[in-house]
Amino acid sequence: MVKLTYIAADGGRTEIQAEAGDNVMHAAIAHDVDGIVGECGGSMMCATCHCYVDDEWAARTGERHDGEDDMLECAASELRPTSRLSCQIKLTDDLDGLVIHLPEAQI
Amino acid sequence: MNTMELIEGHKRITPAPGIPVWDIDPYGEAILSDPLEYYAELRAKGPVVYIPRLSILALGQYATTHKVFSDHENFVSSRGVGLNDFAIEKPWRAPSIILEVDPPDHTRTRKVMSRALSPKMVKGLVDMFAATAEELVSSLLKKDSFDGVTELAETFPVAVFPRAVGMKDVDQRILVDYGACVFNAMGPDNRLRRWALERNAEIAPWIMAACARDRLTDDGLGAMIYDAADTGELDQEEAPMLVRSFLSAGVDTTVTGIGNALWCFSQHPEEWQRLRDDPSLVRPAVEEVLRFTSPVHTFGRTAGHDTEIAGFPVEEGTKIICVLGAANMDPEKWGDPEVFRIDRRPTGHMAFGAGIHGCVGQNVARAEMEAILHALSRKVARIEPAGEAVWRPNNAIHALDQLPLKLIPA
Repeated sequence: MVKLTYIAADGGRTEIQAEAGDNVMHAAIAHDVDGIVGECGGSMMCATCHCYVDDEWAARTGERHDGEDDMLECAASELRPTSRLSCQIKLTDDLDGLVIHLPEAQI
Repeated sequence: MNTMELIEGHKRITPAPGIPVWDIDPYGEAILSDPLEYYAELRAKGPVVYIPRLSILALGQYATTHKVFSDHENFVSSRGVGLNDFAIEKPWRAPSIILEVDPPDHTRTRKVMSRALSPKMVKGLVDMFAATAEELVSSLLKKDSFDGVTELAETFPVAVFPRAVGMKDVDQRILVDYGACVFNAMGPDNRLRRWALERNAEIAPWIMAACARDRLTDDGLGAMIYDAADTGELDQEEAPMLVRSFLSAGVDTTVTGIGNALWCFSQHPEEWQRLRDDPSLVRPAVEEVLRFTSPVHTFGRTAGHDTEIAGFPVEEGTKIICVLGAANMDPEKWGDPEVFRIDRRPTGHMAFGAGIHGCVGQNVARAEMEAILHALSRKVARIEPAGEAVWRPNNAIHALDQLPLKLIPA
């Protein structure tokens, strides 16, 4: 299992345990974490699972995927260097403890 | 390859021991018209079921269906998403260069299409969608009754989508039929597929001609595809093929989504009242209509090499049908799937598929359905049946043939 912390725009923290192989969007939906919509279900066709990877973790979650930039441009909240589509961050054991910040709005 | 025994254009397989065998025709017209019992039995038999008369595996439980459908590495699309294996038999039409391909070819074409159909591009279309929906609903309110399929579900997408693409040629019957052909062709050699091949022979030349650059405006989604060919992102001959994909997948599907939405609300007046009371429910209502009716009910994959499903070995060349309609009705996933509840927010439903091949036009589809539901919710107190709804069997689409309706003004 991989420990994962979501920090909402208002500072509220939710800690969950997710399985390696899952992705950060799906793990949030499965644990009823508010602040991630994931409308397209992870096909990289919307920007409603936008998140900011914590600075400490940004290097470890890797680069944005091909096409992810185009979709992030459509995000409802401010784009930052650490912006990712959470459906594109696959959980691995190396990411145990990952901290994800959520934007104010997804739609 | 010559000695291999073929069935429905693919290799006949021997299922692994332990896989339940079910002698049924999932493409029988009675099932296609009214699939709920079939969905339930498919799920009940197990995560993977062998269907001997077609020599295919069928999946209906949500978890397995979602997993296999998203796993493009083991379960490929390049060998066709119907029952024919393109590695063995000549495809019925030149294969789609986005639907019926795998990475890395897919990645390149998908990127161009994603950009043309992104949320940002769709934002630029919603005013046109809203104005057209408003006008159409006003004209239908003047009638005593009407056919929800031909007079609304077909009329609206045919009015707005070719315009968004920038098509100069529009023919409602041909555009709707072309989609129906593409989806019927995914099934076995039955009456529906034979109709599709015959009808396709009549209309394919019209479709390809309509996709040519000089038959498109220079400011639509179609022009964006040709622009990508100009910059070298696509080859010149790929551009009309991608424009064709707009027409294969962008008309009959949304026609079905809108028709199914009208049917849902004609059957569930209490949910219509909730929608009218709280228009912010339009967006989740669209998702619930899609989950509840699964406009695309079945889609195939091919095992690209020896692999496994739910722990059972699966041999290379096996055709697998993912019954999206059954997954969308799986109580393990949804709790009370047979209840139509517009505030369910069914994230992860499979109506648009999943994974890298997930519907690239889903933002447009949602925007079209939202435009219609918004216009109706403002002007219409009740959507009442004015006769019996009749479903139209199709090998991959669950659509209405007739939907007599009466709109009661607000």
